[in-house]
Amino acid sequence: MSTKGSGNGQGRPEQASGAGAESHQVLTFVLGNETYGVDILRVQEIRGWSAVTKIPHAPAHVLGVLNLRGSIVPIVDLRMRFALERAEYTAITVIIVVSVSSPAGRRDFGVVVDGVSDVVDVNSAEVKPAPDLGSRSATDFIRGLVPVSDRMVVLLDIDRLISGEMAAVSGNDLDATDAAMTASAA
Amino acid sequence: MTVDLTQFHDAFFEESFEALDSMEAALLKLDIGAPDRELINTIFRVAHSIKGGSATFGFSDIASFTHSLETLLDELRSGSMQVTLPMSDLLLKSVDVLRAMLRAVQAKQPVDAQRVSDLQFDLELMIAQKSAAPAVSAGPAAAPAASLAPSASQAPAASPVSGAAAASIADRSATGAGGPEPTTPAGLTGRRWQISFRPYRELFARGNDPLRMMRELADLGHLVVRVDTMALPPLSELDPSECHLAWTLELTGDVREEAIRQVFEWAEGDCELMIAQIDAGTTTAALDANSAAAGARTASAGTSASAPASATDNATADAILSAGPASAPAVAKTEGASKADGPKADAKEGQVTSIGDSGSIRVSVEKIDELMNTVGELVITQAMLSQLGAQIEGATAEKLRAGLAQLERNMRELQESVMRVRMLPITFVFSRFPRMVRDLAQRLGKQIELKLTGEQTELDKTVLEKIGDPLVHLVRNSIDHGIESPEVRAAAGKPAFGTVHLDACHRGGNIAVEVSDDGAGLDKDRILAKARARGLVGPNDQLTDEQIHELIFLPGFSTAEKTTDVSGRGVGMDVVRRNVKELGGKIELRTERGKGSRFVITLPLTLAIVDGQSVAVGSETYIVPLISIVESMQLKSSNVSRLSGRGEVFSFRGDYLPIIRLHELYGVEPHTRNLHEGLVVVAEGEGRRVGLFVDDLLGQQQVVIKSLEANYGHVEGVSGATILGDGSVALILDVPGIIRAASLRAVA
Repeated sequence: MSTKGSGNGQGRPEQASGAGAESHQVLTFVLGNETYGVDILRVQEIRGWSAVTKIPHAPAHVLGVLNLRGSIVPIVDLRMRFALERAEYTAITVIIVVSVSSPAGRRDFGVVVDGVSDVVDVNSAEVKPAPDLGSRSATDFIRGLVPVSDRMVVLLDIDRLISGEMAAVSGNDLDATDAAMTASAA
Repeated sequence: MTVDLTQFHDAFFEESFEALDSMEAALLKLDIGAPDRELINTIFRVAHSIKGGSATFGFSDIASFTHSLETLLDELRSGSMQVTLPMSDLLLKSVDVLRAMLRAVQAKQPVDAQRVSDLQFDLELMIAQKSAAPAVSAGPAAAPAASLAPSASQAPAASPVSGAAAASIADRSATGAGGPEPTTPAGLTGRRWQISFRPYRELFARGNDPLRMMRELADLGHLVVRVDTMALPPLSELDPSECHLAWTLELTGDVREEAIRQVFEWAEGDCELMIAQIDAGTTTAALDANSAAAGARTASAGTSASAPASATDNATADAILSAGPASAPAVAKTEGASKADGPKADAKEGQVTSIGDSGSIRVSVEKIDELMNTVGELVITQAMLSQLGAQIEGATAEKLRAGLAQLERNMRELQESVMRVRMLPITFVFSRFPRMVRDLAQRLGKQIELKLTGEQTELDKTVLEKIGDPLVHLVRNSIDHGIESPEVRAAAGKPAFGTVHLDACHRGGNIAVEVSDDGAGLDKDRILAKARARGLVGPNDQLTDEQIHELIFLPGFSTAEKTTDVSGRGVGMDVVRRNVKELGGKIELRTERGKGSRFVITLPLTLAIVDGQSVAVGSETYIVPLISIVESMQLKSSNVSRLSGRGEVFSFRGDYLPIIRLHELYGVEPHTRNLHEGLVVVAEGEGRRVGLFVDDLLGQQQVVIKSLEANYGHVEGVSGATILGDGSVALILDVPGIIRAASLRAVA
């Protein structure tokens, strides 16, 4: 885990600088009753739902792949990933394409969410650590919680979320931590 | 003002490595005893330009080493030393050391100083051992103007010109004014002949060498040579195999006209020749007009026309000017344009690289890949537009469709051109073999001739990079295990020289690369015995030849009686096969005991595009690479049978092939599960055939391969993905992978 942690740290210069500036922008989106946030600098594109091509032997929450201007991008359903109730894909279902840095380099991923809310400025001082719910790995991909106009926004650590994903997908570099994390998340 | 030189380092390294490659190639071609001047010049130029570059960039170790190297080469160039075998070995070692030094400097690591200084010592020792015999100089007058500047020194065959004359010509060239009258050196008696020699362009092609003629003239008496460069075209248009120069010669001595005519005997039909006797004291106004013009021309062209037979590039203007006139026949020569060399009488034009051709630029691979991606996008967009256009009705629809058809043609051309940018001749891989074969043969005490053919066959850069190691392995195997020692060969009635032949050619849409030797061939019995001993084959199993050949591709399988440091450790053929497979190719072996063996590697032209058959399974579309399809057929329920309850097989040309249901493999809901309602694609991979059960065949098309792994990961049974005309993604089947997985399941 220590190596993985340092790898992620290196891959996040823009977050580090954002923290240094005391404030950074976060794209918030809705998933069920929850509001989540991702660093705006990681967002490549927001696009509407379109049919995906299924990938054999993929985890259930990896819906398939899409053509994103010539590159093949996997699409993850965050509802399924977070073990929420499944929703229908409709015309207003949104895919947020984010880029993550993984040990294997930069990867693009699409996440299916219920809807995009807003872009908000988040002051680093206001970010509270995620509560310890007993299981470390369940909250591993949560960077913290921040109140934004009466709502609690869950800030996601996209790198950790997706690197767990990748370990589950590729299967060959599955290490114990990631396995535990994927298992507990599923 | 300081210029940041580091920005040029990459270019320097890249060029130096390339130059070293050419130097190595030239060294290997060099005949001991009768060295080709051209090759020596090539070698010298490399050493010289690396020396110049490294001195400029402050790599003093390299500069110092190349200086010693250059000194030795200079002796060779001037003919005062002969090429010997130890010398060519030493020079080859120097190439290695230089490479190592450049690599070390490039990686900013310390240079292996001991190795360098040892070799440098050897080089200098060799120079010191050179006999004290003076440089061969033709003619009565000592070679003048042999300045000590290494670049210009020892211009070959300096024609004997008086120092004064040389100076005067140099002077005139520099000023561009009409040249002062070459003064007749005092004390010379006899008749004075004025010779105007204006060869036609084809002079060299007829095998005439002006240099030789002038040397002969110089033997007859005192010769003053002036060159007229008026007809010299601009450098970019210059064909060095043509003669663009004319000469005015003044010969003083007790010479008869016949003797002069005799010198030009062979060139008579190829030139305008005027020979006139002039009285001592008469001016040579008529002829001088030419020279004056020539002088002006020389000056206007800067140093470009100074042109000794082989003045090296980078020479200072002074050095060239002082050496220039000394060697009479000349070809224009400038810095950087180092390829052109002195005219060679013995019709070596073919080897002289001309200046004007092969204009090329260096482009990074990323830029080309970007371009390829964009073009791929365009192809998809164009396909999308075509689909839309086909649906449109109305007055302008026909015009639109015509325009779209035109667009499609243009797109295809554009795509092909971009693909071609990535294509490189296979000589980039082949060029490493002459050296390797030479070294290995020496070490193993074998006599081996390497034959390379089809070096200009082009293939994709990615394929090229990955095919190198497998080929090295095969060649090494051929030399180590294939070719016998000279004694054994003699006993078997074969020539002592074994032959290893590398060949590349286009075959269909593929490239076939062959490595063959006339060595011992594979010993089937020994392979079989070994396989039996290791339990790979049952004691009573009878194998066909092909099955036996397959055995050598198994991991850890080696038939070498003893392990050498060259090969025989049993790591190898399986890796070779795996590498070839990864490139979507295959490798086959033909061998005959005592006659030799032949490996044929078949590779796709490019990794970026595959010819595919689209198949439908449920709502999904998959691409099956055409190369793995044998045929497609509809099954009758009568020729399907179930084996031991689970596996389904069908009869195909007398064989029973297993059926793989793609919908099961990929977890898709199919339109039909009844075998006779869908279609079976008979596919081949890993030497086995299977039937892939699909709903329907859709069509054949070339698809651009996109990586699934870039953003996702490897998927079992899928080699990649592509984007269809409607913008959706289709997965490309990895047929060998599917077969492998299926057979694993069958075993389990």
